[in-house]
Amino acid sequence: MEQIKIYTVSEITREVKALLELNLPTLWIEGEISNFIHHSSGHRYFTLKDENAQIKSVLWRDIGDFLRFEIEDGMKVVVYGNISVYEKQGQYQFYVEDILPAGLGKLELAFRQLKEKLFKEGLFEEEHKKPIPEFPQTIGIVTSPTGAAIQDMIHILHRRMPSVEIILNPVKVQGDGAAREIAQAIKDFNQLQNVDVIIVGRGGGSLEDLWAFNEEIVARAIYASEIPVVSAVGHEIDFTIADLVADLRAPTPSAAAELVVRDRREVVTQIKNLTQSLIEYQLSQIQEAKIRVKTAVESYGMKKPWDILTQKGQRIDELVKNMGWLVNQSVKNSKQNLANLMGKLNALSPLSILERGYSVCYKLPELKLVKDVDKLKLEDSVEVRLHKGKFKGKVERIEKNW
Amino acid sequence: MTQKNSFEKALNRLEEIVSQLESGDLSLDESLKIFQEGIELSRFCTKKLSEAESKVKKLVKTGSGKFKLEDLEIEDKEE
Repeated sequence: MEQIKIYTVSEITREVKALLELNLPTLWIEGEISNFIHHSSGHRYFTLKDENAQIKSVLWRDIGDFLRFEIEDGMKVVVYGNISVYEKQGQYQFYVEDILPAGLGKLELAFRQLKEKLFKEGLFEEEHKKPIPEFPQTIGIVTSPTGAAIQDMIHILHRRMPSVEIILNPVKVQGDGAAREIAQAIKDFNQLQNVDVIIVGRGGGSLEDLWAFNEEIVARAIYASEIPVVSAVGHEIDFTIADLVADLRAPTPSAAAELVVRDRREVVTQIKNLTQSLIEYQLSQIQEAKIRVKTAVESYGMKKPWDILTQKGQRIDELVKNMGWLVNQSVKNSKQNLANLMGKLNALSPLSILERGYSVCYKLPELKLVKDVDKLKLEDSVEVRLHKGKFKGKVERIEKNW
Repeated sequence: MTQKNSFEKALNRLEEIVSQLESGDLSLDESLKIFQEGIELSRFCTKKLSEAESKVKKLVKTGSGKFKLEDLEIEDKEE
């Protein structure tokens, strides 16, 4: 016999549960609340119904406690969550992860879906945000020309920094086509490149009034802007999509005006202080330099060259004096030597020998002094010189010895 | 746009000069030079701040993608 699969109740319930969970992932359902019970455990139970059907729903405490509105019977809502099976009672239920009042719910839903989409695309990334220039010269404003917002902004910008230039690109900020006008105005400024920063915004209003600032076309224009964009939607509590994409978010148009320009008086004070510091540091530096010069001038090192000079001078004086003495001495010595030498010379002079009676004999014709008779022959002519005068004669006889 | 950032640049440079002087690492020559620069920057910044009252203009499209600027008169109504 063929084996027939027999399930236990638990088994088939688990099968059903698995089928439901696999085939129906998280989804949105619109319906009306009935049989609402806020259990002592903190969890909320209710039935979601329309004309023809109903679903048991569970809202866990950790979600229910943070809702911004009170759930009550008869309320039309949009819920987000998943369908599963409560095994104990064999009952399929909706497990609520988020719940919104229906009318507002559509817009909120669109908001959340767009937010999710743009978030995933990275449009809110911090690193994409451009710094707001500290001193913008020209400020572009995208808002309605007729609202209080533009007047507030002009007033505050004027008051804080009178030299700033303002260019308004007037747009519709609510109703049909508002988002497209806002986006185009941002593009205009980027095309013209005639402003340093753009403020995009409007005064406060209901969620519907502010809707243009939650539209994708505006978000993309802000993201694409090369000029930094400050969002200024008068909506202090919630963020609009424009706030999330903008390079800087201001809670109101007035706040945007304050954030974008610094107060002139503050800047003037800053410049004064900087200039004061500048002068003080420079004066102290000059003072310091003066002291250094003075110290240097009065230092031993600086005096030393003079010292060295006077000492050298003294030495020179001494040397000059010594030199004079030495020269004198040397002249004296020389004179003495000269006298001695003259005496010696005189003693050696042949004339003085002749004076004592000696004579000198020269052989002629060459007039060669004769010191030996061997150099003479008979009949050679000779000249004999005496102390006084000379005479010539002929050799008559030669004897080797006296 | 370059001219538009001149004030910011000037103020940044002035701050830089003051901190350079504060650091005291400069020679007297250098410090005198940047001191003079600092004083000029200070004058420039003060002058910029006291320039004429701001203008408020309105961007108007003239068709065929052209723009012109008109003086803005704020209407006081609506919203």
